[in-house]
Amino acid sequence: MTTTVDIKSDYKPEGLEGQGFFATSLDKVVGLARANSLWPLPFATSCCGIEFMATMASHYDLSRFGMERLSFSPRQADLLMVMGTISKKMGPILRQVYEQMAEPKWVLSMGACASSGGIFDTYSVLQGIDRIIPVDVYIPGCPPRPEQVLDGILKIQELAKSESRNRRESPEYKAMLAKYGLE
Amino acid sequence: MHHQVHPSASASAIELHDKIKEAIVSKFPEALLRSQIDYDFPVFIIEKNKTHEVLEFLKNDAALAFSFLTTMCGIHFPENNGEEFALMYQLHNMPSNWRIRIKTFMSEKDLVMPTATDIWKAANWMEREAFDFYGFKFSGHPDLRRILNMDEMNYHPLRKEYGLEDAGRDDKQDKYFGR
Repeated sequence: MTTTVDIKSDYKPEGLEGQGFFATSLDKVVGLARANSLWPLPFATSCCGIEFMATMASHYDLSRFGMERLSFSPRQADLLMVMGTISKKMGPILRQVYEQMAEPKWVLSMGACASSGGIFDTYSVLQGIDRIIPVDVYIPGCPPRPEQVLDGILKIQELAKSESRNRRESPEYKAMLAKYGLE
Repeated sequence: MHHQVHPSASASAIELHDKIKEAIVSKFPEALLRSQIDYDFPVFIIEKNKTHEVLEFLKNDAALAFSFLTTMCGIHFPENNGEEFALMYQLHNMPSNWRIRIKTFMSEKDLVMPTATDIWKAANWMEREAFDFYGFKFSGHPDLRRILNMDEMNYHPLRKEYGLEDAGRDDKQDKYFGR
């Protein structure tokens, strides 16, 4: 007995469709392109980084989401993935990496340590990276399973798809950056 | 001068202890305050002002030749009045496989100690660590900066004088945990 699988195409924005053409708004096309070709910068400092390696490898395979290419230069990265304990001494380095990324940029905070300091309630550990840089998506867990990482990345893709094209120029966005002392 | 021997100390540890004790006492009659064998490890407690000379002797004496500084660190005993702080040097003679520990106690008011970097280069980072975490000052150290904590830190975090949780914290209040 054969079973049939209904393969659906990826997300298609609302638009006007006809024989040989498809018309939609520029925002949606740009969002679609951005969301499906994110270049992540893995800022992996501890065990969450190991879990991320599992997420990158063939079994979970992050490249299915257009993330084949990791960028180890912040200047070419779209998504900063902070995975692991960030000590206070590491803080300024993380901030510099964030500042060197070009807009549009997203930040994903993976695991308890990056999100809140985790179990390291101590003098040397930053109690959550959102004290120094803005964060778009938090993944809970210690460490989170690869499925959770994929879920977090899909959330980032949703943000990228639905973001209005001039959000980064808006006064609200600039005010948000100013709160962190970023320009 | 008495010494304590742990019940599990092996014959070779006792032999080594007696040998080193003899060497130190004959060279520096006043320096050795007491000695003991902790488990299988000979430990010598040395007078603070003599420590540098004793270390130098242990390294340079041809028969002893403790050429390797395995580790050194600071210790804080807040209830130990007048001797609140201690420094511990763990030495290794590799050809003979002798390992000993040198300890020296000092008061909170006088945490200045001559550097051991002139004896073992390895002492450089270890002394920076002891400075960083406890506030020991090593006179003659070539570069006594913090090594692990951030430079802006204005206290020595491993001193046993701080609460387990920072009272000024605003992010871990009970309300966030439903308490």
